[in-house]
Amino acid sequence: MINPALNESTLTLASLAPAITEIALATGICAVLMFDVFAGRTWRYLTHGLTLVVLAICAWLTLSVGAVATRTVLFDGLYVADKLGVFLKLAALMATALCLFYSQHYLDRRRIHGGEYDILAMTALLGISVLISANNLLTVYLGVELLSLSLYALVAFDRDSGIAAEAAIKYFVLGAIASGALLYGMSMLYGLTGTLSLDKLALVSASHGAGFVIAVAFIVVAVAFKFGAVPFHMWVPDVYHGAPSSVALLIATAPKLASFALVMRLLVYGLGADPVLWVQMLTALAVLSLLLGNILAIAQTNIRRMLAYSAIANVGFILLGFVTADTAGYRAALSYTLVYVLTTLGSFGVLLLAARSDGEADELDDFKGLGTRDPLLALLMLGLMLSTAGVPPLVGFWAKLWIIQALLHTHHLGLAILAVLVSVIGAYYYLRVIWYMYFDAGREQTPIPRQAGTRLALGLNTLAVLALGLLPNVLLSLCERLIGAP
Amino acid sequence: MLVEILFYSFATIVVLAGAGVIMARNPVHAALSLVLCFLTSAVLWMLIEAEFLAIVLVLVYVGAVMVLFLFVVMMLDINIEEMRRGFRRYVVPGAVITAMLVAEIVGVIVQRRLGLDVTRGAVPLPPGYSNATDLGIALFTRYAYAIEIAAMLLLVAIIAAISLTMRRRRGLKVQDIAAQVGVRASDRLRVVKMDAEPRQ
Repeated sequence: MINPALNESTLTLASLAPAITEIALATGICAVLMFDVFAGRTWRYLTHGLTLVVLAICAWLTLSVGAVATRTVLFDGLYVADKLGVFLKLAALMATALCLFYSQHYLDRRRIHGGEYDILAMTALLGISVLISANNLLTVYLGVELLSLSLYALVAFDRDSGIAAEAAIKYFVLGAIASGALLYGMSMLYGLTGTLSLDKLALVSASHGAGFVIAVAFIVVAVAFKFGAVPFHMWVPDVYHGAPSSVALLIATAPKLASFALVMRLLVYGLGADPVLWVQMLTALAVLSLLLGNILAIAQTNIRRMLAYSAIANVGFILLGFVTADTAGYRAALSYTLVYVLTTLGSFGVLLLAARSDGEADELDDFKGLGTRDPLLALLMLGLMLSTAGVPPLVGFWAKLWIIQALLHTHHLGLAILAVLVSVIGAYYYLRVIWYMYFDAGREQTPIPRQAGTRLALGLNTLAVLALGLLPNVLLSLCERLIGAP
Repeated sequence: MLVEILFYSFATIVVLAGAGVIMARNPVHAALSLVLCFLTSAVLWMLIEAEFLAIVLVLVYVGAVMVLFLFVVMMLDINIEEMRRGFRRYVVPGAVITAMLVAEIVGVIVQRRLGLDVTRGAVPLPPGYSNATDLGIALFTRYAYAIEIAAMLLLVAIIAAISLTMRRRRGLKVQDIAAQVGVRASDRLRVVKMDAEPRQ
C-alpha cells in the first residue's frame, strides 16, 4: 500500500527533539563501540566508564531537550513521545546504569568483562526505549527484537559456562516462538484492518469478528512470553539461574519497564476500544502466575531460581493492575512495576556483591550467617526482602495495596482475596532469607569485598525503598501525572 | 484467464514442494524442495506485480540463504533414523494438537466472520510503474525511523556473533607462521663435538 502522494511534512532538526533519547543512545553506542575497537589493551578499561557517561548524557538530554508537554507523534506516526514515555525512558536509563555499576566488580572477578558487555546492555536499552515510544506495530516489533537479541547474546556471554549456554539456547528458542506469535498476530491485525498504526487500530478495533480475537490472542501470548507470565514462564527460572548474575539483574529490571510499556501501547491504547478482548486472557495469566510463582518459589534452594519465581509472582500482580481496565488500575500497575524494578535492583545488587569467592552466589545456604559476616549488606537485604514481601513501612506494601484497591474499586473481589492470600504465602520465602541471614550459622567465612562505591549506591537504593514507603504520595501523584485522569 | 491458470499451476507446485520439504527422507532433498518452493513463490509475487520482492526473494533466499543452508546440511552427517526414533512417542500429542488446529481453522471458516472485508483485490498498476522506486521512497521517507532501528538490529547481530565466537581457546594448537619462518638452524640443530671412537 504505497501512497504516491507522499506526506509533505518537512523534517527539520528541531522537530526531531522528542526522539533525542534514541538518537543520542544510538550515537553513543557507535561511539563507545569505536572506542572499544581502537582503544587497545591499555585504554580499554575506560569503556565501562564511558558507557556510564553516555547513559548520563542521554538522561540529561532526555530531560532538557526531549521532555514534551503533550503527546507528540513523529516519523509519520511510527513514534510517539509523551510524559509516560519520557519518564519510563529515564527510569530505564537509570536502571541500566545502576545494573552496569553494580555488576562491574562481579564481572571483573569472573573475568568475563569485555567492552561488548556494555555495548550489548546499551543496545538492549535502545530496544527498550524504542518499545516505550512505539506507535506502530512495526516499531513495536523492531523494539522487541532489538531488546531480545541483545539479551540472548548477554545470557551466553560467559562462554566457558555450559549452564549459561543452555539457558541462552532455551531463551532464544522460546523467544523466537514468542516473536513468531507476535508477528502472526500483527499480520492478522493488518489483514483485518489494513493498517499497522496503533492510532488507527485504536479507532477500528470496536468492531471485530473471530479473526480479531485470534489475532489479539497471539499478541497476548507474545506479551506474556516477554513478561514471563505463567504458562509462558518456562524460560524465566533457567535464564535467571543459568546466566551470569549480572545479566540476570539486567533482565530482571529494565525490560520489565519495556514489558509494561508494551502492554500500555499495544493493548491498552491500540486495542483499548474493547478491553474485553484481552482482559479475560490477562486475568487467567495473572491468576496462574500468582499461584504458581509463589508456590514454586517455596521449593527452591537456589536463590536466583527463587528470585525468578518471585519475579513470575510479581508479574502476576502487575497484570492484575491491567485486569481492572481502568486508569486507577494502570496507575497501580505502573507504580508496582517501578517499585519492583527498584527493589530487584537492590536485592540482585546485594547478591552480586555477596557472591562466593569462586564468583557466584547461588545457594540460599550461602546467605547463612550473613548478619555476622557483613552486617551492612544483611541490613540492606533485610529491608529489600521485607519490601518485596509487602511489610508496611516499606514501599512494596503500598504497591500491593494500590493494586488491591484498584481491584476492589472495579468489583474484582475474588481476585483481591487471591492477591492477599498469595502475598501471605510469598512472605514465607522472603522471610526465610532473613531467617538464614540472622539466625543460622554460615560456613563461608571469607569477608565480602569492600567496594565502597557499590555499597553507597546500594544503600541509597534501599533508602529510596524506605523513603518512598514513608512518603507514598510522591509515587502516587507521579503516577497520576503520568497516566492522566479518565 | 491466463493469470488464473498460471496462479493455480504455480500454487500447486508451491504446496507440493512444501510437502516435499517435510516429507523428504534425505535432508538435501528437503533443502532443494525448499529452493523450489521459494522460486515458485517468487513467480506468484510476480503475478501480483511485486517484481522487486520477487527478485529479492530469489537473490537473497535462493541465492544466499539456501546455498548456505545446503552447505551446512551437506557438512553435517544427519542420521535420519536417529531423528525418527521418537516418532511413536510424539504421535499421540501431535495428533491431538493437529486435531485442535484443524478444528479451530474449520470453526473460523464455517463462522465466516473473519471480517476480511478490508482486504481488496489488487488494482492494476499503470504501465511504466516502478515497484523499486516507490518502495525505496517509502522506506527512506515514511519508514526512515524503522530502517534506522533495523540497521541497529543488524549491528547488534554482528556484535553478538563476534563476541560469542571470536575468542582464544585455551590449549588450542595453531601454527605461528612468523615463528616458523624466523627459526634459525642453531635453535634446532646442536653440533656436538666428540672424539672418534677407536676401531675395535
